[in-house]
Amino acid sequence: MPIKALTGNEAMAEAMRQINPDVVAAYPITPATEVVQLFAQFVADGKVDTEFVAVESEHSALSACIGAAAAGGRVMTSTASQGLALMHEMLYIASGLRLPMVICEVNRSMSAPINIHCDHSDTMGSRESGWIQIFSEDSQEAYDSVIQAIRISEQAFLPCMVSLDGFIISHCMQGINELTDTEVQEFIGEHKTPYSLLMDGHPFTIGALDLQDYFFEHKRAQIEAMENVLPIIKSVGKEFSKRTKRGYGFFEEYMLGDADICLIALGSCAGTAKVAIQELRDKGIKAGLLKLRVMRPFPYKEIVSALFNIKAIAVLDRSTSMSTMGGPVFIELRSALYDNPVHPLMVNYIYGLGGRDIFPRDIVEVGQKLENIKRTGKIEKMIDYIGVRE
Amino acid sequence: MFEIRWHGRGGQGAKTAALLFGNACMATGKYFQAFPEYGPERMGAPVLAFDRLSDTPITIHCGIETPDVVIVLDPTLIETQNVKQGLKKDGKILINTAESPSFMKDKLGLDTQKVFTVDASTIAKECLGKEIPNTPMLGALTKIAGLISLDDLIKDSKVKLEKKFRRTPEIVEGNIASIKRAYEEVKG
Repeated sequence: MPIKALTGNEAMAEAMRQINPDVVAAYPITPATEVVQLFAQFVADGKVDTEFVAVESEHSALSACIGAAAAGGRVMTSTASQGLALMHEMLYIASGLRLPMVICEVNRSMSAPINIHCDHSDTMGSRESGWIQIFSEDSQEAYDSVIQAIRISEQAFLPCMVSLDGFIISHCMQGINELTDTEVQEFIGEHKTPYSLLMDGHPFTIGALDLQDYFFEHKRAQIEAMENVLPIIKSVGKEFSKRTKRGYGFFEEYMLGDADICLIALGSCAGTAKVAIQELRDKGIKAGLLKLRVMRPFPYKEIVSALFNIKAIAVLDRSTSMSTMGGPVFIELRSALYDNPVHPLMVNYIYGLGGRDIFPRDIVEVGQKLENIKRTGKIEKMIDYIGVRE
Repeated sequence: MFEIRWHGRGGQGAKTAALLFGNACMATGKYFQAFPEYGPERMGAPVLAFDRLSDTPITIHCGIETPDVVIVLDPTLIETQNVKQGLKKDGKILINTAESPSFMKDKLGLDTQKVFTVDASTIAKECLGKEIPNTPMLGALTKIAGLISLDDLIKDSKVKLEKKFRRTPEIVEGNIASIKRAYEEVKG
């Protein structure tokens, strides 16, 4: 398996080249611009067979993807931040029409104030849109997940976005274990769909008006499709790890086995948190990390069972829900633990908005505070902020 | 873990140098990260780039605060940027200047850290006909960091440069010559 030096953006573009989708419709946006630019170059150089549609906006990009997917194509695009927001209306159309496709998403804050750096507000803003959402810690995970996402999405008949952190990962070069083009093609297989607009002799309607009589049933079926996603992610991840020895589940447990306090993070910060966990262990604190990979569907049963012995939890959210009840991961996890016979103490730390950096020492401090909460049973601040000027 | 911070000006190739050095280290079996700091991107504006190198996988994803080596591609940056910020007590600083290491050490008010100098601008002008000091600095860095050999650096950089300058082999040769010269001429 060749090792290549690639940035996060290059890794995602490379995965797209190896997938060789039928259609890519895209509009470039910082910090995901390179993904589109590099892929356009692959098209120009004849390295892929893809029909590349250069559109005038992200709304059009996803609209074109929807049309192409409805026609039976294997479809991909890439975007970030305001681009994903401009797609918002069409995100629901893609998932509601049960069209498989994959977005390579680069996490970036949402304006205003205008900012080009990383947080998860963009992806979290579309978490109710019916898309499968997979976060990546680094370029390797993003590359691996984009390839898996094709299978997951096509098997589930639901669209999927794979995200990595803007600049922190998108513009950081590291060594990537690449699969060969043949291995990728073997893994993803041929795209087969039972219905498509271009099927000879089987005309059908897609996107018809669906009012009080059947809309609800279709939505119910969509929820059921989402309920069926976790086993698909599991089996695709298992098969992928057989080939690559790189295992992927819904989350990664890091030193969680004997831990009594747990940090929860997603994206690049989870990698930095691993360094912090080591430091906390050196201080005699039994801390562990749960790195969330799959945000949609939310693997709540599995997370709750992984946290069985945990006395206190700190959730690190790189976005806020603006509900004043904390960040999205915190809120969902708290809800997931409601039916649990034991209720660990829970605190939420919002960090890194607009690209504000987070260091191991910040996370060590969180761990120390959490240890204190565990010992005293007292929470002074349920929702706190790391490194912000108050 | 070995961490490097590059200070340069937009257009001097700080980012490219960081990527090339990371690549060369990867070719010897090391793990690496190479990344720029993204601020305003303008020719001549102060820019930063970083390398993180290790024999074991790297999971940390934050900025570098306490580098082992600082590289200054343009000596005028010393007037406006705090180039020694966070440099480890036993760290090294490598400056592109015709001045001597002891002169620069006094100028920067450094105590325990080692100062190295090399006239990379002149080397670049003579080898490449252009004052782009990033590749000669790679040669000097290789000498002072002791992470990889000069041969390792040249072997990998040649491949990367040949890809970039397919139609102009003289640029590749000039760069390689400048790397070798700076490796020999670095003082400290």
